[in-house]
Amino acid sequence: MNATALIAEDEPLLAAALQAELARAWPGLQVLATVGDGDSALAQAVALKPDLLFLDIRMPGLSGLEVAEELADAWPAGDPLPVLVFATAYDQYAVKAFEAQALDYLLKPVQADRLALTVQRAQAALAQRRAGADDSTLQRLRALLAATPAPAQERLRVIQASVGQTVRLVPVDEVLVLQAADKYVRVLTAQDELLVRTPLKELLARLDPDAFWPIHRGTVLRATAIERVERTEAGRLVARLRQRPEAWPVSRLHEARFRAM
Amino acid sequence: MTPRPGPWWLRWLPADSRASVQRRALVVWGVAAVIALVQHGLRPAEHELLPSLVYSYAISTSIWFLSDPMRIVLRRWLRLEPPHYWRFSPATIAHQVLAILLGYALGTAVGDAFTGRSTWALLMLSPDRFWGFLVWSLAVSSGFLFYFYHREKAHALERLATETRLKLLESQLEPHMLFNTLANLRALIATDPPRAIDMLDRLNAYLRATLAASRADAQAHTLAREFERLDDYLALMAVRMGPRLRYRLALPPELAAHPLPPLLLQALVENAIRHGLEPAVAGGEIEVSASQQGGALQLTVRDSGVGLDGPPQAGFGLTQVRERLHTAFGEAAQLHWHSAAGQGSQATLTLPLQTP
Repeated sequence: MNATALIAEDEPLLAAALQAELARAWPGLQVLATVGDGDSALAQAVALKPDLLFLDIRMPGLSGLEVAEELADAWPAGDPLPVLVFATAYDQYAVKAFEAQALDYLLKPVQADRLALTVQRAQAALAQRRAGADDSTLQRLRALLAATPAPAQERLRVIQASVGQTVRLVPVDEVLVLQAADKYVRVLTAQDELLVRTPLKELLARLDPDAFWPIHRGTVLRATAIERVERTEAGRLVARLRQRPEAWPVSRLHEARFRAM
Repeated sequence: MTPRPGPWWLRWLPADSRASVQRRALVVWGVAAVIALVQHGLRPAEHELLPSLVYSYAISTSIWFLSDPMRIVLRRWLRLEPPHYWRFSPATIAHQVLAILLGYALGTAVGDAFTGRSTWALLMLSPDRFWGFLVWSLAVSSGFLFYFYHREKAHALERLATETRLKLLESQLEPHMLFNTLANLRALIATDPPRAIDMLDRLNAYLRATLAASRADAQAHTLAREFERLDDYLALMAVRMGPRLRYRLALPPELAAHPLPPLLLQALVENAIRHGLEPAVAGGEIEVSASQQGGALQLTVRDSGVGLDGPPQAGFGLTQVRERLHTAFGEAAQLHWHSAAGQGSQATLTLPLQTP
């Protein structure tokens, strides 16, 4: 059986070049599709189930890392994730993180001998997988996201949200949930809901990581407010809070947090 | 760059000021010796060497101490912001006058204590000589202060200019842009050599313009040249983004020779690409136009990208454009930026129209 691949790269010439280089380096590889933005990458990956996924880090819509994170969630439990190869022109920071987690990456412009190494690694990973060995992409991805270190910043004590002409102040101690919603972040307390414009990533960097747990790409819960986590019939994990009625889905990447002691 | 700790005896001052304070102290002490020697040389009978040296050092050190390190200690009261400690304002002038008078009195007292004489008694005995001393001291101190003010001002200006040039260079030679362009170039060399050559020529012109603009002696730059550079840059971006980028440049011929600080529009166009079109899945259009509005020149950069409600975020490069406008035109130039989520952004520059 031939291996299959999906290429996500927003610059058309680079996508074509990668495909051409791949045809030389791995003639048996079948490129199922080439997409130019993060959202299509996610949708097509879920639909086509490629063995290999080339992800540009900077793309319109979801970034390459966000696609990987969402993909881990959307992927059927039990199936191994595609082998991931990230591509970047210059993210030194990301490159270090990939190296640390043994996730493969390509630096653009892609060079033939470096691509040959990637092909070799991917083939080895796929062979291992066919032999029924453990799938490690998920663990590596988990480690990668956990390792993204937030530079030490001054802790936030109060969240300031503008509501019409006034600015409302909410002590961080009262916040139970932070949820990314389109261009805003919803800040939920026991009774209240406010919107702030600061991106969730920036807020998270200024919160105590022991007090606030990310449970999903767009959701952060106050650890002490969580009453329980339970598995739904579909096999997904959801968290429930003491003071709020909603069920909060936990992504596969963050499930490890909720093992019983 | 981390500032060196500086001399041990000035550790009580902020680290970034120590080296220059010591430099000024050494200048003052060097000149104090010269003054004493000259006094002694001119009138050996009236100015014995040792007392002259003591007076000279005591007075100059006191005045220096009260006006230089103390100005840094009192920076809050004097409303001075590091590293610009030498600046004229009513508060700093008042401090300076006080420092000179107090420093003179203090230094004289130290000298008197050493020689056992009384300079204040001299005021009674021989007022002319007393006032002569005082005026002489004041003149020397003022000379120093003017020298320091001017030197620090020149340094500050130079620092600012270097900083601006570096910032410009940094934003122009953004590694993502460079490496992605090179990757595209590499792809084109294999598939479409004539287009590769065109792209290389444009990259060449872009880099040359960037480096030229970052030099202090930037040549006279015109709107025509600026639009040429925009064309190079947008053509490079169009190769990279493919059909996602469409652009239009409209420069009326009568404005072609109008002067413009280099790469001013370029910064706004890069903004439009980076924050407007690159994040847009479907891409969009950029339109750059110049027009004459009464006595003003109006330059507009409009994009149909993702847009943004509310004020621009940090890192939009607008602050830098405003700074450059302010340096070049003062209050006579303006930058308006307007954006709405889903509808794109528009930046409008209004500059004084310069007739040749």
